[in-house]
Amino acid sequence: MIDAPNVGLLSLFLASILTSNILLANFLGTCSFISISKDFKSSMGLGIAVTLVIGITAAVCWVVLYYIIEPLGIEYLSFIIFIIVIAGVVQMLEMIIDRFSPALYMALGIFLPLITVNCAVLGVILFMQIRKYNFPQAVVFGFGSGAGWWLAIMLLASIRRKLDANNAVPAGLKGTGITLVTIGFMAMAFVGFSGMIAVQ
Amino acid sequence: MSDTEQRKTPAKVSPAGTVMRDGLWYNNPIFVQVLGICSTLAVTNNLRNTLIMVLGVTFATSMGSMTLSALRELIPRKVRMIVQVLVLSFYVIIIDIVLRAYQPAISKQLGPYVGLIITNCILMGRAEAFAASNPPGLAFLDGLANGLGYGWVLLAIAVVREFLGFGSLFGFKIVGDGFTPWTIMVMAPSAFFLLAIALWIANNSKAKAEAAKKAASAPVGSASGPASSAAGAAPGVPAPQKG
Repeated sequence: MIDAPNVGLLSLFLASILTSNILLANFLGTCSFISISKDFKSSMGLGIAVTLVIGITAAVCWVVLYYIIEPLGIEYLSFIIFIIVIAGVVQMLEMIIDRFSPALYMALGIFLPLITVNCAVLGVILFMQIRKYNFPQAVVFGFGSGAGWWLAIMLLASIRRKLDANNAVPAGLKGTGITLVTIGFMAMAFVGFSGMIAVQ
Repeated sequence: MSDTEQRKTPAKVSPAGTVMRDGLWYNNPIFVQVLGICSTLAVTNNLRNTLIMVLGVTFATSMGSMTLSALRELIPRKVRMIVQVLVLSFYVIIIDIVLRAYQPAISKQLGPYVGLIITNCILMGRAEAFAASNPPGLAFLDGLANGLGYGWVLLAIAVVREFLGFGSLFGFKIVGDGFTPWTIMVMAPSAFFLLAIALWIANNSKAKAEAAKKAASAPVGSASGPASSAAGAAPGVPAPQKG
């Protein structure tokens, strides 16, 4: 049905975490990344939530894309359909977590609805569409990208704990400025992985 | 918030002028609100792609704000968010179709980033913070000002990145063969560094202007008078941090 790129699942998983980290290489999900990474615990909660949502929506959107959108020839509506699917998955996930694990629900709390407008989620789905992944690849790519985002926010939150206590930062660069510089250095470190494995 | 509150709007400036100045500088979406940097940083290593993205974002923010402002009495509060997303994605689909028809090469290069304009936080931020409580004309101007305020910062970053990374501007070679391109400028990390530098410069100039104003207006006191009109105060509403 589709000519999927010839990449193994394990290397695709590692590549989506390291070499083409959705945040550090593709700049997706930067806004919530900067505002939430102030707090270590919230970063943990948001990281788990983003990983879950990206993985599940990638699977659902793959099915919707190849069994509904393509047969009907309504590709021009795909953005709207993807957004609705994301909102629906987030809503359902919220209800399921609330039902089965109230503790996790309390921990995730406000972050779940915010994920609907997180660009990383829509970004992963659009990349999946453009690169023509098959179903297992789409799922692995989704969870891998989510895990990469989670890894990046945990690293940044840990660095910021030390950084915010430091008074050597110039006044004009405090807060967002120094955070961006830190992300830049992290992105440089991740560039070091490039060439080892590729996503497509 | 504090930034816009401290600034005394002179009575003679019209609401439209205030809205424009807020979007372009005093409440600039990048420097003050720190919104919408996600999707477009990725394309700033190329001036032409950046220009297309900036035009797209400006179109979507201004038209989206106007539409949502015109519909604001009709939208039930409970489904407000989803209606906003749907209206905004309508405009983004128009951009995508136009690009695909007239600039297929650029559309291919930008890849998913055109679609990602939907989740650009500026769009939702302005819809929520301004268009939901202001008339359509003013909302259109606010969207336009924010799109342009966002655009000039990104274009400035793109000029530096393309010039140092490729030695060219808009694809035209500017410097001779003796120039060694800065490979880092083409890659992801430089966008973060340059944005941090831009933020630093903006913060410093703002701090300087504030200090100067404080020194000049210290004995006058706070006689703002009619300046605190509804439109003058509205742009100061802090936008929700999404995206």
